[in-house]
Amino acid sequence: MSVTVKIPTQLRAATGGQSEVEVSGGTVGEALDAVFDAHSELRERITEDGTLRRFVNVYVSGEDIRFQQGLDTQVNEGDEVTILPAVAGG
Amino acid sequence: MAVENLKCKECKAEYELGASYFCEQCFGPLEVTYDHSRLDAVEAKRRIQAGSQGIWRYADFLPFAGRPGDPLEPGLTPLLRADRLAERIGLDAEVWVKNDAANPTHSFKDRVVAVAVAKAQELGFDTVACASTGNLANAVAAHAAAAGLDSYVFVPANLEEQKLLATGVYGTNLVGVRGNYDDVNRLCTQLAETHPWAFVNVNLRPYYAEGSKTLAYETVEQLGWTLPDRVVSPIASGSLFTKLGRGFQEWLDLGLVAGEQPTFNGAQAEGCSPVATAFAEGWDICKPQRPDTIAKSLAIGDPADGPYAVEHARRTGGGIDSVSDDEIRSAIKLLAETTGIFTETAGGVTVGVLRKLAERGEIASGEKVVVYITGEGLKTLDATRDTFRMHEIDPTLDSFDAEFAAVEATA
Repeated sequence: MSVTVKIPTQLRAATGGQSEVEVSGGTVGEALDAVFDAHSELRERITEDGTLRRFVNVYVSGEDIRFQQGLDTQVNEGDEVTILPAVAGG
Repeated sequence: MAVENLKCKECKAEYELGASYFCEQCFGPLEVTYDHSRLDAVEAKRRIQAGSQGIWRYADFLPFAGRPGDPLEPGLTPLLRADRLAERIGLDAEVWVKNDAANPTHSFKDRVVAVAVAKAQELGFDTVACASTGNLANAVAAHAAAAGLDSYVFVPANLEEQKLLATGVYGTNLVGVRGNYDDVNRLCTQLAETHPWAFVNVNLRPYYAEGSKTLAYETVEQLGWTLPDRVVSPIASGSLFTKLGRGFQEWLDLGLVAGEQPTFNGAQAEGCSPVATAFAEGWDICKPQRPDTIAKSLAIGDPADGPYAVEHARRTGGGIDSVSDDEIRSAIKLLAETTGIFTETAGGVTVGVLRKLAERGEIASGEKVVVYITGEGLKTLDATRDTFRMHEIDPTLDSFDAEFAAVEATA
């Protein structure tokens, strides 16, 4: 599957300024791994011991993956995967 | 002023004071740090007591380079002794109610918004915005109007009508989002990246959150410069709960008050209890929930400061409980009947948890307990519908006597 991963402004230094990265993968985890392979600095910022850091939220087409199967959530062709900080609101 | 920089609560990375809210290294939340090494406790106390009749009297402990100002200054709300409430729930304790509905837009959100709007002006923004469950919407719209700034207020479209009306009146751009608060919050997080606006609880959140400390400072001052033994506070994002703790701790560390950090009890609605659940399960994260409760002002299913609220409750030997919608309605009535204070559903949650703690025997005889009432009952009128009956009569003595015959017979 080809999906678009949206990168928050504050992390774009690690993607050479790109605001989104096109990758392929069948799950959110695979898509993110593909992003990390291309932009290795992001892996450590977003994950810790193979799981998402506790203040990172990931959405597939607007839906929080924690309401789905987490990193194992399936992605479909053309889906948008959005990475956002979890520390807003209230 | 003592404000120093922004620091990540997780990895401790430091950042300059600007409109940023999360750590670029680990995504942790940023918090304002201060250098109080030159603060003299006696002198600071004198400055507070000679200060304004609101939150700016605590300017030494707020995140400004200069002296903040605000035409709608909130704060110094009443702290009332509630003996009849204590008696009704079988407590032999000193129960105090901090009525923070007595602020310009009738909720504690005036405190955080006053700080955020003043900071937005200091940073040069001309538009402020927020993601809100209602009370914040009221406050942002009002404080923006008072300061002459443009504003955009995002709320779930199905909010209580009273909160929508009390926001729109200020001439803000009121945006009802078809979704729940967490959807609104995600949208605002994205908008904050693309619009040059001061989102008070997104990119200005480190400053905004500092405003809640003033509730702790006032409590200490109003209790004659002493600390309560226990506090009961509602939890939505967990920010108020943790900042109350920070406020008490700062004054303990600086010698403005003696004693120890109070025991912290948090209050959530059963229909949205991610923090209470994390506490009960011993987790260090909060599993998000889809809210379904009448306590809409607390309906945050993905609470940003949830993990810190859990830690603070544990560290102080307290806890986090939840109550049902029926318990919320009944607690609103209990507070009104025993104190004359009419609170919104969030206050029902807080008083409901106080009652639960009393029933479980967790509050010792003689304890000094402060209960934080954060919002006004007129904003959630539906919660009181059908909880009492009006006597409808003709304008005649006979009609009155007929209606109240039973009362007279037993008098």
